[in-house]
Amino acid sequence: MERVLLSHGGGGTMMEKLIEEVFAKAFNNEYIDAMEDAALILGNLTFTTDSFTVKPLFFPGGDIGKLAVCGTVNDASMRGAKPLFLTSAFIIEEGFSLEELRKIVESMEDTAKKAGVKIVAGDTKVVEKGSVDKVFINTSGIGMVYEGANVSIKNARPGDVVLISGTIGDHGMAIMSAREELQFDPPILSDVSPLNKMIEKLMTLGKAVKVLRDPTRGGVAEVLYEISKMSGVGIKIYEDKLPVKESVKSACDLMGFDFLHLANEGKLIAVVDRKYAEEALEIMKSDKYGKDAAIIGEVNDSKLVTINTVYGTSRIIDRPIGELLPRIC
Amino acid sequence: MMQQKEIVEKAKKAIEKLNPGIPFNIMEVCGSHTMAISKFGLRQILPKNIRLISGPGCPVCVTAQNEIDAVIDLSNKNVVVATFGDLIRVPGNRSSLQKERAKGREIKVFYSPLDALKYAEDNPDKEVIFIGIGFETTIPIVAITIKEAKEKKIKNYSVYSLHKTMPEALRALLNGRSNVQGFLLPGHVSAITGKYIYEFLPKEFGVGGVISGFEAEDILMSLIMLLKNYKNPLIQIQYKRVVKEEGNIEAQKMIEEIFEPCDSTWRGLGKIKGSGLMIRDKYKDFDAALKFGIKPIGEEIEIKGCRCGDVLKGHIYPNECSLFGKVCTPENPVGPCMVSSEGSCAAFYKYGV
Repeated sequence: MERVLLSHGGGGTMMEKLIEEVFAKAFNNEYIDAMEDAALILGNLTFTTDSFTVKPLFFPGGDIGKLAVCGTVNDASMRGAKPLFLTSAFIIEEGFSLEELRKIVESMEDTAKKAGVKIVAGDTKVVEKGSVDKVFINTSGIGMVYEGANVSIKNARPGDVVLISGTIGDHGMAIMSAREELQFDPPILSDVSPLNKMIEKLMTLGKAVKVLRDPTRGGVAEVLYEISKMSGVGIKIYEDKLPVKESVKSACDLMGFDFLHLANEGKLIAVVDRKYAEEALEIMKSDKYGKDAAIIGEVNDSKLVTINTVYGTSRIIDRPIGELLPRIC
Repeated sequence: MMQQKEIVEKAKKAIEKLNPGIPFNIMEVCGSHTMAISKFGLRQILPKNIRLISGPGCPVCVTAQNEIDAVIDLSNKNVVVATFGDLIRVPGNRSSLQKERAKGREIKVFYSPLDALKYAEDNPDKEVIFIGIGFETTIPIVAITIKEAKEKKIKNYSVYSLHKTMPEALRALLNGRSNVQGFLLPGHVSAITGKYIYEFLPKEFGVGGVISGFEAEDILMSLIMLLKNYKNPLIQIQYKRVVKEEGNIEAQKMIEEIFEPCDSTWRGLGKIKGSGLMIRDKYKDFDAALKFGIKPIGEEIEIKGCRCGDVLKGHIYPNECSLFGKVCTPENPVGPCMVSSEGSCAAFYKYGV
């Protein structure tokens, strides 16, 4: 019997297969086939959903509530849209601490306020002990596309420039080190944050902003692959241009991970018309969540996703498969 | 950043100058070296006749299928199987730990065997079995858990030892049809063992080796050291900031206290005399093999078309195997070298070099 493996949820090639072979096959329509972060409906609305299961619930830099709001706010924005309304649905394990639940909900409301969105509908289910791990949250979101915007995973063209809004891998490594009780000095904090204000400013560049994507599960590597595949282009990035915290880098070395595979929850990758690249960079840098933004590469017609290393060599970027497993030595 | 490029340029020139002009194969026998070479793209800067080939250095890759089968049988005995991460994806003849976990078997990934021991201590009603794979890098820590378990009288912890040691495997390689002019020797393993265990390489086989670190600069420096002395082969240490000639004596004693050599089957290489470690009689209460009456059953079944054996022996590059990248990928690994992220086929597949 074929079974669902943890790797099927890791945001890599195994998950892509599961989505293609099970979900996209059944829910076959033009919206789902587009494989975007948010569907574009009724002309100018974005519609998206995401479920959140994170262990530990409270981690350095955030908590599941903040994550549940930011995740959907960001996805709803990634078509060049202003997120407006969210729903929230809770599945709670019998026996879960009411105090922690309150904290999570307050954190959601606080984050929603900061992002300028409203949580307008909700649902609560409590299940028997052991049926879920403490609490799972689902949020859905609706947004409205900015006037003149045309942002899609399919829009990257050779010559365009690739930007990232800040340091890579912070969330993934924060969770991992919290789970493994590894202490880093300074501690690695999750980057979880709402990016809609940054996107609002970016959209003043109009059609020059071609692709927006937040590199969550599967990390920067997976997003670059998705852009390459859906736009039918190649992407080259430069290792010496990548913003990465020293602590994240050394933790990766220690545990045998590639930071390009680690999740980010407060970063976006933008593909922008070359003429507007510097302007886009300035906009990102002027934002609270974008001070480490950088131009990291460019789009070409090779169909390959490659990296120029600091050693003057070039190689293909490794795509994540599924579950991130620490290496033995 | 400019600095790294300059170092590489300098090294490139030095290597070109020392190039002996004959086909010169350098084998690395450490998964981390395999990864580093691919990740840094080092093959691109070497002259064509100097080839870097990957030997049996990834502990997961050389774990035999029937050993994996035995671990899977263990997981069905209402126990907690504790393991290093990348073992869970390795296919045996019938299944993998990852698939068994989806069926509801208790399989837990730990970064350190010490965490597994602690888990056993905290959960006295559960039988915890740590799957001991790997070389001298990880063996001392596993040894410590056994010693501690005995001292603390933790009865629900045991180790299934599938450990392997390098020297006899290298000897077996060189005794067969070998294509190796020099070895890049593992930095971490050698930090424990020291350099003397490799002295037989130049003495018996006329092949030199350099114990190397893991940065691009380390590896290039080691290649230069190898080439400099290829006519007068010897064992050298490049990774001096970590490796002492005599190694880590304490750790060696710890291994010696708990384990004794035994024969071991290597995936792709077959049975090699004296290349494994089993738990000594004195600690037999902590030997999962005895406690649960398990052992690898049957012969190693050959996988049709898979040339991991040839890859491990350095006869071919991974992409010269007809299964490579077509039927055999990191998601659906056929052969051992594709299984672990450190395997030579996986590294080749991932980085394309």
